[in-house]
Amino acid sequence: MITRVGNWIGKHLMLTLGILVLLYMYIPNFIVALMSFNDSSESRNLYQFQSFTWDNWLNPCDPQGMCESLRVSISIGLLATLAATIIGTLAAFALVRHRFEGRSTMNLVLFLPMATPEIVMGSSLLALFVAAGFGGQLGFWTVLIAHIMFCISFVVVTVRSRLAGLDSNLEKAASDLYANEWQTFWRITFPLVFPGILSAALLAFSLSFDDFIITNLNSGTTVTFPMFVWGAAQRGVPMQVNVIGTLMFLLALGIVIGGEVLNRRRAKGKASAF
Amino acid sequence: MEALQRVFGRNTAYLLIGPAAIWLAVFFLFPMLSLLTTSLSDPSGTPITGYTLTWRVQNYIEALGDYWPYMMRSLLYAGIATLMCLVLGYVLAYAIAFKAGRWKTVMLVLVIAPFFTSFLVRTLSWKLILADNGFIVNTLQTLHILGEDGRLLATPFAVIMGLTYNFLPFTILPLYTSLEKIDPKLNEAAADLYASPFQRFTKVVWPLSLPGVVGGTLLTFIPATGDYINASLLGSPNTQMVGNKIQQLFTTAGDYPHASALSVILMVLIVGMVLFYVRRAGTEELL
Repeated sequence: MITRVGNWIGKHLMLTLGILVLLYMYIPNFIVALMSFNDSSESRNLYQFQSFTWDNWLNPCDPQGMCESLRVSISIGLLATLAATIIGTLAAFALVRHRFEGRSTMNLVLFLPMATPEIVMGSSLLALFVAAGFGGQLGFWTVLIAHIMFCISFVVVTVRSRLAGLDSNLEKAASDLYANEWQTFWRITFPLVFPGILSAALLAFSLSFDDFIITNLNSGTTVTFPMFVWGAAQRGVPMQVNVIGTLMFLLALGIVIGGEVLNRRRAKGKASAF
Repeated sequence: MEALQRVFGRNTAYLLIGPAAIWLAVFFLFPMLSLLTTSLSDPSGTPITGYTLTWRVQNYIEALGDYWPYMMRSLLYAGIATLMCLVLGYVLAYAIAFKAGRWKTVMLVLVIAPFFTSFLVRTLSWKLILADNGFIVNTLQTLHILGEDGRLLATPFAVIMGLTYNFLPFTILPLYTSLEKIDPKLNEAAADLYASPFQRFTKVVWPLSLPGVVGGTLLTFIPATGDYINASLLGSPNTQMVGNKIQQLFTTAGDYPHASALSVILMVLIVGMVLFYVRRAGTEELL
């Protein structure tokens, strides 16, 4: 009897508890989606559901400065993603495919930014900018530099794990079939690593788009979306912030699910071709 | 790659690693040095004119003397939040790794998906959930768990809850990676040898998942210690953490030397604790 109860617990209780934890992680997203339909015209300071409206979704750019901050965040996010993905992918190739002096030092240096609290990274960059005489010119470019810096490590880790799991026999087979090095790289290696590069880029963009602590210290008067939300939190949050939050969530979910579906379809297509 | 190799000879590796090495040296390592010199500079300068290095060690003594309660609070809150993340994260990671079957990928995506909604927006929504006239507080008051004027918002509970919520995925992903690698046959073998479910967990699953436990708790504890967003949005002046102070000293007070000293102390404390913890857990190879 006791073992049967134990088995049942082993079978279902863990899954039930796991799903409960997952639901807990979604509580804020439900609230954010709900609040995106909240009519807050009565009182903006009262962060509470008052009455239903479509207004926030129809006029997302109503709050002054919000869409400008969104544009700033997207530009910085795209530029930082592009730079960090290129720099990080090159580094990942070097670390997986080459043995060179200083390799283990480089591994450590790449690990450190992930193990440093953001407040320390942000304040040290600020100290550098001020010491170098750029204290008065903090803004778009200093934020971009910071974002590229903390994204590189995450790109390297993501691309490296994809590259390390690659079957090198595929490349050997290509060269056996008289492909030259460039052909082997562009037709075999790169397409196989590409999903890793893509997920690294997605990760980099979301890290950059969401960063607050480092940005806040190095942005001068430039306002990114998280900084807009932070500023609004002191005065009363416009409900449109929740519209943007919900849109971002749906967009990311769409990209991830779309990628997965595409992957499966491609795998199926390949299987039926044989 | 080999074509490059031929053109550049043995320098290919350095050409590939170069941009990352330079960027991190200039904008990560060098700033750390800057932080160190600023922390030893004369506090009478301003952010625009810069600070002169006078090897003023008193900055450290003053920073610690004034702000040690914030430091202790940070370590305490982050420590509790990390423990809670470990319990919640272990349950979910275990369920995904061993019980989810063909829903594994879906559940893993669902773990990451909420985090695409801005961190600040989600943290603000906890303000609503824990509000004084909210559902949770009212229920707890009806059940007499909370007093008539008891509240959740602006208490240490709210801050620790916020930290737990925000850093949970950082615990789950390394735990999952570790658990997923465990061969289910080991568990079956233990069962064949009459191990109870509890023994199977303590003698087989838990020891094998230790790398994930160490990795996950570190990835949670480190950012949680430096965080000040949860303390600002969900806490009160009495629940401020060291991040709040560092940020205030930099931005509103403009006292860079003391702020830098406090940053350096935080970094040293964290590195020290991490090394000690990793040694104790016997997982040095992780670093």
